[in-house]
Parts: sequence; structure tokens; C-alpha cells
Amino acid sequence: MSESAELRDRTCIIGIGETAYTRGTKKSALELALEASVSAIEDAGIKPEIIDAVILPGGAGGGGTAGDFIANFGLQDLHYTASLQEMGGAMSVSAVECAVTALSTGIAHYALIPLCSRFYSGRRARQMNADPGTGLQSAGTIRDYYAPFGVAAPPQHYAWMAQRHMHLYGTTHEQLGAVAVAMRRHAQMHPNAVMKAIPMTLEDYLASRWVSYPYRLLDCCLETDGAAALLMTTADRAKDAKRPIYVMGVASGHPYPPHDLPNRDDILKMGLDYCAPRGFAMAGMKPSDMDFAEIYDCFTGQLVLQLEAAGFCKRGEGGPFVENGRIELGGELPVNTHGGLLSQAHNAGMNHVVEAVVQLRHEAGARQVNEAELGLVTGWGGHGHGSMAILRR
Amino acid sequence: MEKRLPVLQGYTKEFYEWCHNHELRLQRCQSCGVWRHPPRPMCSACHSPQWEWAPVKGRGSVYCWTTVYQPLDPAFTDDVPYAAVIVELEEGPRLATWVTDMPPEQLRVGMPVELWFDDINKEVTLPKFKPVS
Repeated sequence: MSESAELRDRTCIIGIGETAYTRGTKKSALELALEASVSAIEDAGIKPEIIDAVILPGGAGGGGTAGDFIANFGLQDLHYTASLQEMGGAMSVSAVECAVTALSTGIAHYALIPLCSRFYSGRRARQMNADPGTGLQSAGTIRDYYAPFGVAAPPQHYAWMAQRHMHLYGTTHEQLGAVAVAMRRHAQMHPNAVMKAIPMTLEDYLASRWVSYPYRLLDCCLETDGAAALLMTTADRAKDAKRPIYVMGVASGHPYPPHDLPNRDDILKMGLDYCAPRGFAMAGMKPSDMDFAEIYDCFTGQLVLQLEAAGFCKRGEGGPFVENGRIELGGELPVNTHGGLLSQAHNAGMNHVVEAVVQLRHEAGARQVNEAELGLVTGWGGHGHGSMAILRR
Repeated sequence: MEKRLPVLQGYTKEFYEWCHNHELRLQRCQSCGVWRHPPRPMCSACHSPQWEWAPVKGRGSVYCWTTVYQPLDPAFTDDVPYAAVIVELEEGPRLATWVTDMPPEQLRVGMPVELWFDDINKEVTLPKFKPVS
């Protein structure tokens, strides 16, 4: 039995909050993060004063410092704070892991996890990777060894992986398109999805312009503004909570080496390959037990890679796996029931965690997965850092 | 608009100084002989801090690529479409680079390529590749 299994079900998500996701905002990142935090605290039904941990997935760039939260919420005795900035988009789920660690050891009792992404009104996501100031581990490598060759933005780096996957396994453009179409279909059922009013067919997908082959425009995630927050506590403290959602398993992992994609022995092996077996072992579950999955979909091909790494299918079989509606609502494994980064909004995967909680509370309305008991959430960032959590109601 | 160039400091300065001399050199561990790139202080295989800038032959093959159509960096507007290629050197390490002198649509994984040096300005020379003649 996995040693970490002792931590299974020891902590819960008892509050979630989300602002509207928009393309354009006049609010600052801190204002948005505070707005989402207030929602999460109200949703949890606690008094803000009892928060003694603030975990900042995006560090100061994700909507404020620990000091900002202490000052604005009047937190007189904060015990614990941490930043997961180096994880890139894997930061949201890794922040859940961080909270599990701090809460289950008794270091803290109530953890707030706020994250704002202002990728539309602030600095665009596409501009961030080559700046070492963003804290991404690969940023120096990108600036000095890729950007002089016109490779500075995520669609370009990640297209390398997609091209390699297509070469090795025959993955098709239509299969990548099936991912994009599924995400859009789900977004149309979500009132807080940026793309809710804009349908997409496979023909639309195939007609969209090339960005960086094999990626078209509609393989790429959105750049949006908005924030989300989680409130977590221990299972015994959650007994009075209305709707606690338990963390059964959680894990993070890193590709090797993390700071340079080309020099990995296998460029398709990333953090999730390492951490998924650990996370499933901690939960005592297997991929086929999952009722749905919220997979970090920065690009269509990265979603396919993570389905393989998480163990839903074998390496190379991700393309056929996503065909014929399997990942759509009503299919065998509904994926990104909120529309994901591709069609709901890009909040660095915190929206994926929120959606998993909504599904497990059975509050997803038209997009509810029937009798959802167990769900997987993944994170991906900074050239392949990975994280995953298995949640249950 | 000026293209972004490497920030010439530390190991990166040394790497590009060799390129400026039209020599491609990569770090090689002096204890166990393992190559590494991009540069860093310690050998991950044997943890030795002793290393040298060792010359490579400048021959390799296409590992994978992407063809850029939308210049997310506006400085590359006049270059699209261009192929950004990961080249695997015969010695093992891989480089992010360009394969020039051919249309991007003719790129194939495994295609043999050879090094040439593109002198960008008085300080910076970029190592690029072209199909083996």
C-alpha cells in the first residue's frame, strides 16, 4: 500500500468561488482574486478570520501576495504560505497537494487558494514563457536558446510534441479536432464560458488558420481574465460543511530535465507520467474508476498526451481514444465538462478544479455527469510539469 | 523590429562566443564523458563539476519540428512560414534551431542535416542547419 494512502480522504474542498470569465476587465488581478476568495469563503460557510494558510499557485503574479490576503481579510495569525509558480499551469492542482500537506500535518487548518489569470487584459499568456521574471524554470532556456529562432510561445513548443506524436503514432488532425469540438460543445452548456454562444464544427476547426503546424488557431486555448479560489480544510473540520468534496489522491511530477524540452530522452514523457501512478496509488483507484476527467487543455495535443499519461489508454492510443464522442458528455469518459481552457476560460486550471467540485456536488445542471462520484483533475505547465488530483463526493 | 537575441552572460556567453568563432561546442563532463545542453554547472550522471566545451561534428538529424505561420513574435513577421526544428546531433544532445535551404513542407523526421553559422551581428552567431548536400 502506498505510504501516501494515509493521507487519503484526510482533507476536503469545502468552498469554491469564481468570478465571471471575460475577455477584457477593468479590475486588477488582486481585486479579481479577492472577489473569487470572498465567494469561496461564503460558499464554505466559514468566517474568514479562521483562515490560517494562504497558498498562492501563481505567486505574487496570480493576484496578490500572502501579505495582500492578510491585509485585506484581516488574517491576524497566518501559519502557512507557499507559491507553486515554477509549476506553470500545473500550479493549481499542485496547490491542492500543498494544502493537503499543510492541513493533514496540522500545520494549518483552513487554507485559501486564490488564483487570478489576466491573460487578456494583462500580459498575454503567449508573452510570458521567455521571461525569467515569471519564475518559470524553462524561461532562461527559452530566452537564450529558442527565442532567437522564433520559438518563444507555448503553441510553438507544444507543437513540437504534437508533431512527434503524429509521426510516431499516426495521430490525425481530425482527432485533435475532436478534442476542440468536444470542449466547445461543453462550453455551450456553461453560463460562465467565454465561448458559450459560439458553436464549432469539425469543419470549422479544419478551416481555422495555422498558428504553428500541426496546431491551428482552434487547437489553442483562450486568453481570458478571471479568478477562482478554493477553501480547504481537514475532513474532521469539514463535518459541518454543506458539501465537502474529499481529496483521495494528489501528486505532482516533473519532466526530466524540466528546463529544456528538446533534450528529454523522450519528449513525450512529462510530469504526469511520473505522478499519475503515485496519485492513483494514494487514492487506491484506477483510471477506469473515474466518472469524468478535467484535463489541462492548453492545446488539443497536450490533452491527448495526458489521457495517455494518466492511464486512460496506452501511449500512442490517445488519438483514437478521443474519437466518436468518447470524451463528450454522454460518452464513456466526459472530459472538461466546463469547456476547458480551450472554450471556457484560461485560469491556469483552477477552473478545472472548480468544475470537478461542481460535478461532484451534482450542481452542474445541463452538463451534469450522471451519478458522478469520482473525478480526476490534472495540471500541466512550464513545458510539462504535471499534477493530478482524484476527488470524490 | 529587432529580433530577440540571447542574453550573453555566464555559460550562455561562452556558448555563443564559440558560435561566433564558427565552432559549435557543448558541455561535456570531464569525468564520465556525458554531454549536456543547455549548459549547467554539474553532470547529472556523475555529479562532477569538471567539464569542458567540447567540439561536435555538426551533423545530425531532424527529431521533430513545427512550422510557424503566425509570428507570435512580431519580429519574425517577414520570416513566416519558417520551420523551427529540434535537431539531434550525432553526439546525442539536441538543439532548437532552423533547417534552412529547403521548403518546410519537405521536412521529415530522421532527415540528415549539417551545421552552418548565421552571423546575426557583431556579437551573435546562431547555429543553423541545412540538408546534407
